[in-house]
Amino acid sequence: MEIATRQSTGIFGARLSRRTQDAATVVLFLLPAFILFIIFVIYPVIQSIYYSFFSWKGFGPAEDFVGLENYKRILTDTAFRKALGHGLLIIVLSLTLQLPLSLALALMVGRDLPGRRFFRMLFFMPYVFSEVITAIMWMGLYNPDPDRGLLNALLILIPGMKPQGFLGDPKQVLGCIFVVLTWKYFGLHMLLYMAGLQNIPREIEEAAMIDGANSRQLLTSVTLPLLGGTIRTTIYLSVLGALQQFGVIWVMTRGGPINASEVLATYMYRYSFIRFWLGYGSAVAIVMLLISLGFSIAYLRLIMRQQDYLGSY
Amino acid sequence: MALLTHHQRYLLRKAIPRLIQYFLLSLFVVFILTPIVLLVFGSLKTRGEMYSRPYTPPIPPRWENYARILGTDIFWTMLLNSLVVALVVTFLVLLICGLAAFVFARLNFRGRDELFNLFTLGLMFPITIAILPVYLVVRQVGLTNSLQGVIIVQTAFQISGNIMILRNFFASIPFELQDAAYVDGCTAFDFFYRILLPLARPALSAVASLTLVVSWNDLLVPLVLIDKEKLWTLPLGTMQFQGQYGTDLALVAAFVSLSAVPALIFYLFAERQIVSGLTAGALKG
Repeated sequence: MEIATRQSTGIFGARLSRRTQDAATVVLFLLPAFILFIIFVIYPVIQSIYYSFFSWKGFGPAEDFVGLENYKRILTDTAFRKALGHGLLIIVLSLTLQLPLSLALALMVGRDLPGRRFFRMLFFMPYVFSEVITAIMWMGLYNPDPDRGLLNALLILIPGMKPQGFLGDPKQVLGCIFVVLTWKYFGLHMLLYMAGLQNIPREIEEAAMIDGANSRQLLTSVTLPLLGGTIRTTIYLSVLGALQQFGVIWVMTRGGPINASEVLATYMYRYSFIRFWLGYGSAVAIVMLLISLGFSIAYLRLIMRQQDYLGSY
Repeated sequence: MALLTHHQRYLLRKAIPRLIQYFLLSLFVVFILTPIVLLVFGSLKTRGEMYSRPYTPPIPPRWENYARILGTDIFWTMLLNSLVVALVVTFLVLLICGLAAFVFARLNFRGRDELFNLFTLGLMFPITIAILPVYLVVRQVGLTNSLQGVIIVQTAFQISGNIMILRNFFASIPFELQDAAYVDGCTAFDFFYRILLPLARPALSAVASLTLVVSWNDLLVPLVLIDKEKLWTLPLGTMQFQGQYGTDLALVAAFVSLSAVPALIFYLFAERQIVSGLTAGALKG
């Protein structure tokens, strides 16, 4: 073999011991990831902790030290509280409506419904459209003028119904956004459930049927428990996903009207990049980070099991 | 019912739940398709038709909107920018994460678990949350208003998840193979390059497809880092176009349809890879 003749010549061309070579490999192979990660993920966060103690508009060095003032202000700001509340509402709706819906559809399509691949392909498709495209498509449907927006055009066909404001109505806007998020993401969850179902050995379900389990017992005592890991993962993804919502909301409403669809990400964006209060924005980022980190650590410790796994989303 | 034979009744009993299933699934098909179909319909109408009959099929189809957009440089520039960013990010993610994942999966060294845990922290610092801190650093190193800046940031924030996916895959390859290669005189690098990478092709293509989609669709990083119109990517440009020509619904519809086409084509070809990338992340232990 060609490899055999190269007897540990190693990457430096000299004869090096296996240990030295392995050590060199470790360092060289990790270096690019490590440098990039430290400079562009870890260091920015540490620097922002520093800036969060200043009132700073981004020009010149940060000199106006204000201590915890930014944090106090965040916690007492009604717009921030609204944003937090809207985020929680989106999470609650996702867990009580979106996930069960995705699960029901995954069970319905099951393993062998004819057309299974077609449904999976179609339902997952919105995931690959950008948030911008998604938002603009739906803005068309939500147009309050019945001559331009399909939803109102259909609504006024029902006697006694008036056209609705949808995205322009502070009471409806969040629900409307939730529908769009469901449109975009239920296919992802359905896909994960379908893959989870695929991993359940058919013999287990057959054994339960032979033992006389009816279809409801089969679902609640066999299928759902075996799907536990997938369900735990999708809950985690839903919560972290809700915390990161920005694109769809920013394009459709900019967080309005009057903060009615403000979420943490749009709030931070507004203060950081529209008003350019970079000290304050840094503090908001740190608060969001603590929420994300706190939730993640608690969830991974308390709920997730060893065998559950999170990838990249 | 009396007219039915026993057998027919049996078939009917089996068929009814199926029909209900298909009916419910069809409702969701309509839900998914309505916004897409309306958009495409709209893009094929004139501005006037868009007002006079907004919901009907575009008969005859008007291709002027498309011609107008494809006839300007701006769409092509954005397409090119998006393509450059997404391809370079994908290449860098594969290279950087492949190397790191190999070390974490196959080599033993002191501090390995601690270092790996550091990288997993990245999963809890998503880019949406870290965007301002990251912007400040990018500004300090002078990479705002450049595609390099967008590329570096997108790559940095894709590292964590993809190292995890690839590490899991690399770890699943039997260690006997590595021992045998070492006995034959392979270096760690030889083993990685000649044996592991060819075996890992499915995992690598899954990671690549997923990275490509995420980078292609990203709005926030270019929105924050890029001012110059010449450097806009498609999502950013689409948003700006909508803001500028929002009243010409048909033209906006054509622009959005065109900017959706690359993603759609890619999805049709790489659905399997995207799906396996996502499910590998969520399911593999």
